[in-house]
Amino acid sequence: MLDQNIIEQLEALVGKENVLTGKVDLVAYSYDATADLPRQMPDVVVLPTSAEMVQEIVRLARRNKIAIYPRGAGTNLSGGAVPLKKGIVLSFQKMNAILEVDAANLTAVVQPGVVIAALNSAVAQHGLIYPPDPGTVATATMGGSAAENSGGLRGLKYGVTKNYIMGMEVVLASGEKVRFGGKTVKNVTAYDFSNLFVGSEGTLGIITELTAKLIPAPKYRRTMMGVFKSLADAGNAVAGIIAAQVIPATLEIMDRMTIRTVEDFAHIGLPVDAESLLLIEVDGMSEDVVRAEAEAVMQVVTGNNGDLKTAETDQERDQLWTARRNALPALASLNNMVVLEDATVPRSRITDMLIACQDIGKKYNLTLGTFGHAGDGNLHPTILCDKRNQEEVARVHKAVDEIFEVALRFGGTLSGEHGIGVAKMKYLGDELGQSGLNLMRNIKEALDPEYILNPGKMVPLREN
Amino acid sequence: MATTDKAQVVRAGKTYHDDLEIVREELDKCMKCGNCMSVCPVYGADKVETAVTRSKIAVAEAVLAGELELDDPQVYAMLFNCLVCKSCMTNCPTKVNFDRIILALRAALVRKNGLPWLKKAIFSTLKHPKLFDAGLRIGAAMQGLAFKTDKGGKAISPRSPFARVGGAIGFDEERQMPGLNVTPLRERVPEVVKAPGAVLKVAFFTGDSLNYFYPDAGQDLIDVLTANNIEVHIPKAQNCCGVPVLVHGDVETVRTLARNNIDTFDKTGCEYLITGCGSCGGAWQHDYVDILAADPVYGPKAEYWAKRTYDVSTFLTRIIKLREPKGRVERVVTYHDSCHLKKSMKVFAEPREILKSIPGLTFKEMSAPDACCGSGGSFVLSHYETSSAIGRKKADDINRTQADTVSVGCPACMMQLLDNVHRAGGQQEITHFISLLAESYRKEKTDKGSRS
Repeated sequence: MLDQNIIEQLEALVGKENVLTGKVDLVAYSYDATADLPRQMPDVVVLPTSAEMVQEIVRLARRNKIAIYPRGAGTNLSGGAVPLKKGIVLSFQKMNAILEVDAANLTAVVQPGVVIAALNSAVAQHGLIYPPDPGTVATATMGGSAAENSGGLRGLKYGVTKNYIMGMEVVLASGEKVRFGGKTVKNVTAYDFSNLFVGSEGTLGIITELTAKLIPAPKYRRTMMGVFKSLADAGNAVAGIIAAQVIPATLEIMDRMTIRTVEDFAHIGLPVDAESLLLIEVDGMSEDVVRAEAEAVMQVVTGNNGDLKTAETDQERDQLWTARRNALPALASLNNMVVLEDATVPRSRITDMLIACQDIGKKYNLTLGTFGHAGDGNLHPTILCDKRNQEEVARVHKAVDEIFEVALRFGGTLSGEHGIGVAKMKYLGDELGQSGLNLMRNIKEALDPEYILNPGKMVPLREN
Repeated sequence: MATTDKAQVVRAGKTYHDDLEIVREELDKCMKCGNCMSVCPVYGADKVETAVTRSKIAVAEAVLAGELELDDPQVYAMLFNCLVCKSCMTNCPTKVNFDRIILALRAALVRKNGLPWLKKAIFSTLKHPKLFDAGLRIGAAMQGLAFKTDKGGKAISPRSPFARVGGAIGFDEERQMPGLNVTPLRERVPEVVKAPGAVLKVAFFTGDSLNYFYPDAGQDLIDVLTANNIEVHIPKAQNCCGVPVLVHGDVETVRTLARNNIDTFDKTGCEYLITGCGSCGGAWQHDYVDILAADPVYGPKAEYWAKRTYDVSTFLTRIIKLREPKGRVERVVTYHDSCHLKKSMKVFAEPREILKSIPGLTFKEMSAPDACCGSGGSFVLSHYETSSAIGRKKADDINRTQADTVSVGCPACMMQLLDNVHRAGGQQEITHFISLLAESYRKEKTDKGSRS
C-alpha cells in the first residue's frame, strides 16, 4: 500500500480525476490479454495528460522507489502490462491526440495513447496507411504497439512496427526527457535509439510521443484461398510463391485442427478433410502487376494440388477472410483457457514446425491448433485447456516448453510478435546464451539502475 | 433455446437472474482480449478500463471469488455505468453473452440490498397499469407548468425555474423531450382495427413509449398494417415490456409484467406479435424466454411468442410482401440503428429496404450507423454527461450526412436524438421509419385526389 502522501502528490501532479485508487479500479488494471498469468493489482492507476506530468511522476517514483508500469490498451500477450510489483500503473488512455499528419513527408506525430485504427482513419483521407496491423488494431495503442514491436498479418511485405517508427520522445528513468529521430528518411545521428526503445516493453523508458512513417495505400488487391490435402503441398506452395518472386501482403496458414474447429464454429463450408489452408492476398499500386502476381499465385496453388478459390468482389473477399478471422475465436470456444504462442521459424521450416506442433499436442494429449503467418514464419500454436484442471495446465506448460525448444532448433525465435514480458522470460537464455542475458542486464541497468520501469519483465529482477 | 444454451440460463429451477453462479461459465469465456474497447460507447466517452466490458467481467470474477463485495459503492457504480446496448457482444470473438452477466449482477445486487426507494416506487406502479396510466396522464396535463413547447408542438423543454434545478442532470432550457400525450395511443384506437379484405391478423405490442410519448408513430404503424390488409389487435390490458425494470435488476416485477403480457396476447388469438421498438421486441424474443426459463407454465408460452415476435419492418418485408409505396416523400433521410433493434433483434436490413422503396426519398447512410446513441433508457438520466458525450458523436455523424430527417426504429433513441441533434445545432426531424412509409401511403391518396 502506498503512503497517502504519495497519492496526494500524484493528485497534485495530474489532477484528482486522473488518479484512481478504488479497489474496482485496481482490479481493472490488474491484467492484460495474456492467459495463464496471475493477476496483480497496482497500488494506484495514474492517467497523465502530458509528457511533463510523466517526468514528474517518474521523479516521484524514483525518489520513493515505486515501480512504474506503463500501459496502453492492455491488449498484449506476454504479460507486459501486469503490475507484478504493484506500484503505479501509468495508463496512456487519455494521451490520445494525433498531433500532426504530414502528407508531404509521409509522417504522423502522435501521442502514445492513439489507437492504431484511429491513426489509419485519420491518414486515409490523404490516401495513406500506417501498415503494421496486429490483430488488435482497433484497440491497441501506438505507444503500446511500439513498446511491444507488434507485428501482424502484413509482416512479410510491409514489415512490423519497428520499420515504421522514425522518431520518439521518451522519458527516462532519471526523469529526463529525450527526443531523437524525426521526419527524415535518413538519420544516422548517434545510436539508433528508436530501434532500442521499440520492443523494449517499457523496461528502458516511457514513450511520450512517436513519429510514425506512412506509405501510400495500395490501390489494388486480389484475394485467394488454397485448400490442401497435405501439409507438404501447402508448404511447397508457400515456397513456390516466394520462388515465383511474389511477395504477398498476406500469406496465412491454418492446420487441420483449426480448419475443423472453424468449420464447426462458423459453418462456412470448409472441407474438414483438408490438412491445410492458405489465405493469400497480393496488393499494389498497379492493376496489371497485381493481376500478374495473382495469376502466378494461382498457378502455384493449383500446381501443388491445392483447391483454389478466388474473390472477385469485396463480399467474396470477406467470405475468404471469414475462415482466418474465426481461427482464434473458434479455437477459444473449445475451452476456458487459451494459450496463444508465437514461436517463429525461418519460412522454409513452416511445414516442419506445423508437424512438430501437432506432434507435441498429441504427445501431451492436448487440444492444439496452429494457424499463423506462413509468409514470415510466425506461427500461433494455440492450446486450449481447462484452467481449473491443474494436471492439464501442467501438461500445457510442458508442451509450451517443447514448442520453444523445437522453434529454436529450427533456427527460429521464441517470439515473433508478442514479446517476452513475464511469460517467456525464463526461455531467454536458451536463445541468447549467458552473454546475451548479460547484455540485456547491462542495457537495463545503464538506463534504469533501480528497476523502476516495468520491473520483472524481460530482465529478471536481481535477487538480494 | 438450444439445450446447451438452456443450461447457461437455468439450473435447479433458477435462472441466472436468481443465481449469480450460473453466469460463471459465461465469465470463463472472456479472454480479456479487449476487443470490446473498440465498440463500447461508455469506454469511448470515459477512456478508463473500469468503463469497459472486460473489466466488468474481471470485477464480476472478483465478486464471485469473494475478493470484492457486490454492494461496494464502486462496484455498484460500475455495474450501472453500462448502457446494456450489447455492442460489445457484436465484437466479442468468444461470444460472451454480456447481457446475461450484467443482468445477473444487477439482479444479485437487488437481491442483496433491495431496490432503492425511488426505483421501487416507480416499478411498483408498472405492475398496476391503471395507476401508471393515471400518473402519466396527470403528468401530461401538468407538463405545461414545468415545460414549454416548441413551435411545432412536437417537443418540450424545461421552463427556466425548473431548468435551474434540473440543469445538473441535463434538464436545462436547451433540453428537448417529446411531450407526454394526454390521450395515449391505446385510448385512441379500438382493441381491434379491422382492415377491408384482411388476410391476416396480428397483435400489436405498443410498449409504453409508443403509447405515451409517440402515439402518432404508433398510429402510423397501425395505418401501415391496415393498408397492407392486416387486421390489427391492440389489447388494452397489455403493460410495459419490463426492459426498463429488468436492467435495474427487479426481476420479479418483470416476471409479473411478462406473465400478464403473455396472458393478454394469448387471448388475442393472433399468430404474430408486432413491435415498433427494439427493446420491446427484444424482450419478447429473448428476455421473456430467459427470465421465465424455469417456469413450467409460462416458459413454453414465452418460447411460443418469441418465435412469433417480429419488428414491423421484418413482418412487412419477410412475412408478407409490402404493398409498394407510391406517394412521393421528398426528404433526405438517414437511418440510425437502434442497439436493441440491430444487436438484439438483428433487424437492420429491413428498415433500409422500406425506406429505399419510398419514391422521392433520398437515403443517406451515416458513418457508424449502429454506434449507440447513448440513451440506454434511464442511463440518460443517471449518467447524463457520459450519455451526451456519446450522443454528441452521433449528432455529428448525422449532421455530416446533410439529411433533413433522421429515421429510427426505437422510441428511446428518438428521445435521445431529439435532445442531442438539437444541442448540436441540427434542425433535422426525428421520426420513426414507419411514419415515413405511412406518409407515403397517405400522399398516395391525396396525390390521387388532386389528380381526379
